[in-house]
Amino acid sequence: MIVNESESLIINVNNIEHKISVKPNETLLDVLRLKLGIKSVKAACWSGDCGICTVLIDGKPMKSCLVLSHEIRNKSIMTVEGLLEDELFQKLQNSFVKNGAIQCGFCTSAFLLVGYYLIKNKRNLDLLSIKKGINGIICRCTGYKQIIDSIYELK
Amino acid sequence: MGKYVGESIIRKDALEKVNGTATYAFDIDNIPNLLIGKFLTSPYAHAHIRSIDISKAEKINGVVAIVTGKDWPVRIGLYAGDRDILAVDKVVWAGQPVVAISAESYEIAEKALEQIQIEYEPLPAIIDPVKAKLSNDILVHEKLGEYEHSPAFNPIPGTNIANHFKLRKGNIEKGFKESDKIIENTFTMPQVAHAYLEPIVAIGHYKRDGKIEIWSSAQSPFTVRYLMGITFAIPTSNVTVHAPYLGGGFGGKAGLNYEPLAVLLSKNSNYRPVKLQLTREENFRSAPIRVGMVAKIKTGVKDNGRIIAEEIEYIWDSGACADYAVNVGRAGGYVSIGPYEIDNIKSDSYTLYTNKPYATAFRGFGHMELHWAIERQRDIIAKNLGMDPIALRKINTLKAGKSYTANQHRLRKDAGNVDECLEKVWNDLKTHFKGKIGDKPWLFRGIGVSCFMKGPAQPPNSASSAYVKFNEDGGIFVSVGTSEMGQGTITSLAQIAAEELSIPIEKVYIKGERDTDRDAYTWQTVGSRSLFMDGNAVRNACIDAKHQIFEIASQVLHTPPYDLVLENESIYPKGEPWKNLNLVDVIMGYMFTSGEAIGGPIMGHGTYIAKMTMLDAETGAGNPAIFETFGSQGVEVEINVLTGEIKIKRLISAFDIGKAINPQLCESQILGGSIMALSLGLNEKLQYDEKGHLLNPNFVDYVLTRADDLPDEFEFFLVENPQLDAPFGARGIGELTMLGVPAAIGNAIANAINVEIYDTPITSERIWYEIKKQRPELLKLKEEFLQED
Ligand code: FES
Ligand code: FES
Repeated sequence: MIVNESESLIINVNNIEHKISVKPNETLLDVLRLKLGIKSVKAACWSGDCGICTVLIDGKPMKSCLVLSHEIRNKSIMTVEGLLEDELFQKLQNSFVKNGAIQCGFCTSAFLLVGYYLIKNKRNLDLLSIKKGINGIICRCTGYKQIIDSIYELK
Repeated sequence: MGKYVGESIIRKDALEKVNGTATYAFDIDNIPNLLIGKFLTSPYAHAHIRSIDISKAEKINGVVAIVTGKDWPVRIGLYAGDRDILAVDKVVWAGQPVVAISAESYEIAEKALEQIQIEYEPLPAIIDPVKAKLSNDILVHEKLGEYEHSPAFNPIPGTNIANHFKLRKGNIEKGFKESDKIIENTFTMPQVAHAYLEPIVAIGHYKRDGKIEIWSSAQSPFTVRYLMGITFAIPTSNVTVHAPYLGGGFGGKAGLNYEPLAVLLSKNSNYRPVKLQLTREENFRSAPIRVGMVAKIKTGVKDNGRIIAEEIEYIWDSGACADYAVNVGRAGGYVSIGPYEIDNIKSDSYTLYTNKPYATAFRGFGHMELHWAIERQRDIIAKNLGMDPIALRKINTLKAGKSYTANQHRLRKDAGNVDECLEKVWNDLKTHFKGKIGDKPWLFRGIGVSCFMKGPAQPPNSASSAYVKFNEDGGIFVSVGTSEMGQGTITSLAQIAAEELSIPIEKVYIKGERDTDRDAYTWQTVGSRSLFMDGNAVRNACIDAKHQIFEIASQVLHTPPYDLVLENESIYPKGEPWKNLNLVDVIMGYMFTSGEAIGGPIMGHGTYIAKMTMLDAETGAGNPAIFETFGSQGVEVEINVLTGEIKIKRLISAFDIGKAINPQLCESQILGGSIMALSLGLNEKLQYDEKGHLLNPNFVDYVLTRADDLPDEFEFFLVENPQLDAPFGARGIGELTMLGVPAAIGNAIANAINVEIYDTPITSERIWYEIKKQRPELLKLKEEFLQED
């Protein structure tokens, strides 16, 4: 049986409150991409394996395909769209651009968000801890090195 | 020269990508009346379809159309029409789409699929390509003889052979007779997945007026357009294909894939557009993959290291269809022996059908696989002769202007230099190699290298074009047909335009998404061909625009066009820069003070067509490529012989790319490509059970390299021996970055522990197993060490 009862929910995405109606089995990924049209968030596996769907929930990176929408009640969600005016985030974007950390770009949002989190929250960030920090996200194009360098430069 | 060419200009698509605004086919869902498409696949690798019952599904509210193979039983494909849009009569791989649905929502489509009943009559399946070659009772395609194919290919009806390519040079028997040693080995590489992150997406809209519009994650929008016209029997010009940014392609989105199914669904859905987006598991099971290879090599060599005879059989496992991969077998066949000159060659390259997912192009196009075999064989030969593997290679490598290739074609004088690449890599490795370090006798270090070559595999009449259009502000819009899938070509093409027209790079606009109505034509975005082919077209378009500009300026400056210079956005007579005209006053037409005007908006146009030949059907003789990029790669490895664990300490690459148009983009390609090759060499393999079911269709069981697995050290060299007919001398590099890594690892393992590896992926398990087989004494090293203590 398909669960059909929708519930209505207020969620905070990129500092804007949205009232949405969701089904209990709806993922945050679908809410963001399909309901709110936030397309910087990508997906590649829908099962927690690739990390491409990463967003920040209360500042922490989470895979949005694994989060059910009702779990984000009273939480604040950040995607690239919400950080475009943030000075540190802009520096990180510039670092990605300068270091050639972008190829197809499908993974870029996820790495930017995790990079932003690491720089903001981790003290003594070294290459090894950056590698560990981004290990959950797949990039098939870049070979990771330029992404690691971009984050390292801002530690 | 060299204001923009040769500079690490930032990518033209960088800002869109860091701002999250770059649009992929995956993101497009705002087309009015868009329906969702889904398909049901075969659970059997080989079976007759007895019946399909859609009666229950049809009744579900929100289901718009249900189609089966019989609705449009046209066989599709690039070089050979061997693929059903949906299986007709029988299924040939587990994962093949059989029924498709369009519905108002994803949930409805899913629900409806569950209600469809298909009855199958299973048939014996053929999974192993070597057995497939011998089998004439189990046939993947009984009707092979009826299929249409390009004349460059040679399928053998009544067998599973989709193509047999022959390479013959000299006299092989005589060559072996004169050899001092003959060395025979078999090497394999399994089928693998492209694992691009953006899954296959196709949005098809068959319109009431008979036109077709498509949005697809396609590497080859113009080829899709052409083949869609054929598939639906409408003029090419009635088809429009949009290819937005691609979330990776690596060859997996070349050719024609799910566009026909999306369009067929649309046609049967009251002409409403339909979006088909594969899940990751579907992408593994139902989308194209890379061929597997079995290579048998027999080499005859003189004691002095000269290779004088080589006999090879390549078997390419193309899975259930080979519409694109017939050309992988062909390209692998004509290159066969790698970057060497050998006088006596007999090589047979067979592309085989098996009951597995179908193969297509993959970055490297058979060359990573064949160089795995050839370059392992070179090291084994050197070991047999007691020779240094570098010296052995140098005796036999192709030399520009002098050597004749395996295709009996004299290598052009301005070709690249493989020896130079090899020396750079080897010297670097040797300088840094410390030999055994630490006090653990079970840890061994070794170094290994490989050489390779590759040119674009394309038809001899493959063409590119470009146009350059000036805007009022003096900016230009450059239109090309090549897709942007991450490789960065559009940026290099913009640099070529800026250089040729001497205008600031910021004023060069080039789009990452393609539109076959708007954009200049190119054949496909494959084979590392774009920089060379489309680069020449862009350059020619700029030269054309310059002529038009000089034509106008000459009337104003009273100077003949050939005496004019265009520099820094101004036009002046040679030697008199102060008599200048502003470019911006010319490009929309020039107006004299009287108000009289001449000229008009400038738009330059340029083309380029490949300079190659057909290959002789019996010998493969001819010119198969517009250029060959040569290169060499090397690694230092550390092996724990107790566990087989392998660590890549250092990875070095060198490529003779003629000219680095954008060194940073080259670096990005090298980093990305060699890590991809590392991943393929050490981890990746599509695993099937004996019935042909794929066992690892996800990113947990199909292991990709992650950030944590990177080599400790990484170095590369760009060798620049320019090719005179290339844009600013530049040859392609994209695929080259992968070709030598697996073989270098294999050679380094042999160097470290004297254990030969013949198959990939080179997992720890495999290394341990080979140690146990070849040098079991190594496994006791720890005990001995502890006893000594
Ligand atoms: S889409 Fe969420 S982890 Fe892959
Ligand atoms: S840039 Fe393509 S997946 Fe990372």
